Amino acid sequence: MAALAAIGFTAPWLLAALAALPVLWWLLRATPPAPVRRRFPGVALLLGLEDRRAESNRTPWWLLALRIAAAAALIVGFAGPVLNPDPRAGAPQDMPLLIVADASWASARDWPRRTDRIETLLADAARAGRPAAIVPLTDPPEGALPFRPAGDWREALPGIAPRPWAPRPDEVADWAGRLGDTSFETVWLSDGLARQGREALLDTFAARGPVTVMDSDRPVFALRPPRFEEGEVRLTALRSPAEAAGEVDLHVVARGADPAGVERELGAGTARFAPGEAEAETAIALQPELRNRATRFVIAGARSAGAVSLTDDALARRTVALLGARDGRERVELLSQTYYLRQALVPGADLIDGTLDDILLANPDVIILADIAQLAEIESDRLLEWVEAGGLLLRFAGPRLAASDVSRGAEDPLMPVRLRAGGRSIGGAMSWGEPRRLRPFGEDSPFQGLSIPDDVAVNSQVLAQPDPRLDERTIAALADGTPLVTQRHEGRGRIVLFHVTANAEWSTLPLSGLFVEMLERLAVATRPSAPEAEDLTGTTWEPAAGIDAFGAAGQPARTNGVVGEELAAAIPAGDVRRALPPGLYARQGREIALNVTGPDSVIAPADWPAGVPVEGLETARERPIAGPFLAGAFVLLLADILAVLWLSGRLGRASGAACIALALALAPVGGPAQAQDDTSDDRLALRATTEVVLAHVLTGDTRVDALARAGLRGLSRYLTRRSAVEPGAPIGVDIERDELAFFPFLYWPVTADQPLPSDAAYGRLNRYLRGGGLILFDTRDADIAELGMSAPAGRRLQEIARPLDVPPLEQIPEDHVLTRAFYLLQDFPGRHDGPVWVEAAPADAERAEGMPFRDLNDGVSPVIIGGNDWAAAWAVDEQGRPLRRVGRGAAGERQREIAIRFGINLIMHVLTGNYKSDQVHVPALLDRLGQ
Amino acid sequence: MTAGPPSPDGTRGRAQALAAPLPPLLAEADRLVANVAFGEHGRRRAGQGDEFWQYRAARPGDPAGRVDWRRSARSDAHFLRETEWQAAQSVAFWVDGAQAMAFSGRRGRPEKGDRARLLALALATLLIRGGERVGLADGLVTPRAGRLQLHRMATALDSAPEARSDGDYGRPDATALPPHSRVVFLSDFLGPPEAVERAVTTAADRGVKGTLLQILDPDEEAFPYDGRTVFESMGGGLRFETMRAGDLRARYRARLAERRDRLTALAARAGWRFGVHHTDAAALTGLTWLFGALAPTVR
Repeated sequence: MAALAAIGFTAPWLLAALAALPVLWWLLRATPPAPVRRRFPGVALLLGLEDRRAESNRTPWWLLALRIAAAAALIVGFAGPVLNPDPRAGAPQDMPLLIVADASWASARDWPRRTDRIETLLADAARAGRPAAIVPLTDPPEGALPFRPAGDWREALPGIAPRPWAPRPDEVADWAGRLGDTSFETVWLSDGLARQGREALLDTFAARGPVTVMDSDRPVFALRPPRFEEGEVRLTALRSPAEAAGEVDLHVVARGADPAGVERELGAGTARFAPGEAEAETAIALQPELRNRATRFVIAGARSAGAVSLTDDALARRTVALLGARDGRERVELLSQTYYLRQALVPGADLIDGTLDDILLANPDVIILADIAQLAEIESDRLLEWVEAGGLLLRFAGPRLAASDVSRGAEDPLMPVRLRAGGRSIGGAMSWGEPRRLRPFGEDSPFQGLSIPDDVAVNSQVLAQPDPRLDERTIAALADGTPLVTQRHEGRGRIVLFHVTANAEWSTLPLSGLFVEMLERLAVATRPSAPEAEDLTGTTWEPAAGIDAFGAAGQPARTNGVVGEELAAAIPAGDVRRALPPGLYARQGREIALNVTGPDSVIAPADWPAGVPVEGLETARERPIAGPFLAGAFVLLLADILAVLWLSGRLGRASGAACIALALALAPVGGPAQAQDDTSDDRLALRATTEVVLAHVLTGDTRVDALARAGLRGLSRYLTRRSAVEPGAPIGVDIERDELAFFPFLYWPVTADQPLPSDAAYGRLNRYLRGGGLILFDTRDADIAELGMSAPAGRRLQEIARPLDVPPLEQIPEDHVLTRAFYLLQDFPGRHDGPVWVEAAPADAERAEGMPFRDLNDGVSPVIIGGNDWAAAWAVDEQGRPLRRVGRGAAGERQREIAIRFGINLIMHVLTGNYKSDQVHVPALLDRLGQ
Repeated sequence: MTAGPPSPDGTRGRAQALAAPLPPLLAEADRLVANVAFGEHGRRRAGQGDEFWQYRAARPGDPAGRVDWRRSARSDAHFLRETEWQAAQSVAFWVDGAQAMAFSGRRGRPEKGDRARLLALALATLLIRGGERVGLADGLVTPRAGRLQLHRMATALDSAPEARSDGDYGRPDATALPPHSRVVFLSDFLGPPEAVERAVTTAADRGVKGTLLQILDPDEEAFPYDGRTVFESMGGGLRFETMRAGDLRARYRARLAERRDRLTALAARAGWRFGVHHTDAAALTGLTWLFGALAPTVR
């Protein structure tokens, strides 16, 4: 590459052709423009006339200059000019090039710029014919240096992605040890963070050749996991470098699924870094409901795994309902059945009290029954239903349970095991034995790994009836093997029984820390802070969700389980690595988040030795500018054509075409403008409200839209002709923009490639449906798939309708009001004759005495779904002639007629509701009137 | 033109000619003529010789068939009915069929030759309705009266302009003119003026009165050319090259005006009329001028 200041050429020898330009000048100068040949009878009068000026058979100088300029531009253009060629001109050209990238989560913040930079380096190396190697330090290669031609690496570049962890000093040192003694030039794309082992690696590189470090000037941001304090979610944001940085506001956002399952922003706060400060705090106040939904906290705009903090149980607070025995007596607080439970649960759960009825309405995660023996039948049915739906029923024994007959003869559905009558007392004044201690927890017990304090002893308990399945249901037992805690799975939920009381009457268990940990393990309570190593001892956690370096959720990078101790060790400092990728880890209904940035993480800027050149990423990009030169030459040649035309007097005729050509060549292409201002909104409202107007949803498919419009035009005409409804011209409605409330009826042809409506549009649509609007969905495919997934339009319909507030559907029953709103009909064909679905009648609809019709639902079915392509059957052109053929011959015409009748019935149904249904009451009304 | 190949011999050919609709040119001429109000010619459409002149006593030798018995019955003598003797004028047309007449300066504008033939035929139609005899000056169609004559003229004018094209510029042929007839010359008169002068002089010598109508394309009038141009005559016989056509415009127009002056003077000398018609103007303007130029003398 030859460099001329800021412009270099890829083929500089072509510039030699510029020397030929004077020859071209001379050649062009000698050649006058070609004459026009013209037939002209008046030539007889011209004979003998002479030109007054003879010099014009030379090409004018400015035309010559134009042509020379065009030729020069062509030559320069083909010589391949490049603006801002890579200035690393002093780089050694004979050494291989090693590109080392940190490729960590901190690099993800400007990864595209890094890949651009690498691409430039590779392009440079390819031009110089140097072999190159790219080594991401988060993923060092097996061997030493994968040197390959730089062109190969350019193709492989898109496959190199940052990892959501930082380079491991041991891995890196390991790799550096394999380097051998080849010499190479090193370019190190640093992520800008201080890290152990940097200097050693730098020395290793420096020993083998020149080293350049490239570093971004953008700050790195990180977000520590949220803490729940004083009713607020508190978050700490970190930044690096901090010394010279000014005041910065960061937007921290809580994200999670809304009730419809769409991820959205649930709350936000602003963290303000004071000048020079490395940390900033913010607090987000979230309702418990929203807090439980929050799945992640992110720094808005920061594309990096370090700026994302996944949430686990620590934030999710369970709703726990406490139901103690009602004895109506004043009791000492400490003897209360629920006192210790309350103390144990308040830090980690939201408690609700009340009657069982009220509690079930609140649908808590856990219901605790403390010494409650018998429930009313209806109560226990409902409780069982709730358990089967996934609830956790936690029961504690007590004097009442011991005295009752619950689960004696047969297993009570709300008890995990059968119980023996009475219970037993050990180590009391009237017994011989000692209070029993707990046996260590078994392998498959949820309590596995919890250490048992010495002072936990059990005096009394209820005893389980020996049973073949008792063993598998026991999750904690006394030293003598009698079950202490039993559990049974019921549906998707669990029933757990503590065979002791929830107060200290029967055992010292509720007084110990073990009680709280056991509740945590049972997922009754959630951990208020980061788990300690001993909490997780002996547990194995399955990866449930992963996160990539850019902070996007994804599949977990690891598939096998992780030992709890490792997890506990990694969490505080965010010590993630390939073997332990960040993400969510789950075990038995509990979740632990392993974040890139842990609660104790700190980030600091990398400090490079003075001798190492550090460059930014923002070198001016190499830009080939051959295109502008060639385009300029083209424009000049066009101008030359115009000039020649003008000179030869042909411009008059040719100017039109030439101007068009020039305009096409030069005019910027303007995008289609689709602006709609407020006045047109008002106009739409006026049009829609001054008369009844049928509307159809614009699908974006011009043909479908035109047909829908023609169909509604036809239906409007038939309505005007046959009924008192006289609709205006139909309107196409853009559900993304237009207000829907004006239209009693929307016809929605479903196409397979229709875009899904936005959230706002869904909001409008649901409001419309709830407000009494009716949407006629038409898949136009004769419903061949029975609304199944196998037809593309049906599939699309399902996707469109999923977030809609659509009630249960049924095929139009015989006595639906649509069958008699105007005409008496039993078929509802369009161009096809398939089944049609409407809102299902309520289950208790009954046929009145002596009436042919049931007393059906009030109001209008919000949706009608079919695939009969009604618009095609209704469609007429401007003269009122049918547009599409329906069926064949007279039978087809009959079908069209029935389709029209269906349309009229439909609009009648839309406009009058269930008026015709009320005919059911006519006999009663007449009776009441005394006739 | 006629629907089939013109084979005058044989029953089929004649029947076809008979059944054929008006030739296109004639039809167009008829349309044009329908717009012209008739002058003195219209009152004599009943035909020549129909007008009563006088009764005279029969003389020996008169054929018995000519005796007007109704008049004779009112007296003892026999009378003959004599009609006015009405001699019709002969009007001959010379339509320039040279290649120069095939010029049209712009697409959609009629050729000069087309306009000339249309005017000739339209005027002939008017004259035939007035009872005159029309024909072609070159003797191909001798002057006759009657509507059939229009067909003959149309056929002769329309049939083979190529066959009649005699080079780049036409030379008026006045050899076949009957004495004291009228003649109409339709041409662009861009060719050698001597031929026109000779023809006019010859005709005038034989007592023939006439009209010269110069038909020009607007481009020939305005000379809207520029730049380096090679001008060629329509037949390619003449060639002229210029570097800057725009410079020649004024001189060309001066020469054209000079040519027109010369023709005007010639017409004035012979007692003829000279007019100019442009092909971008309506044909009706040319027809009315021609009709007016002819009318005072034709009776």
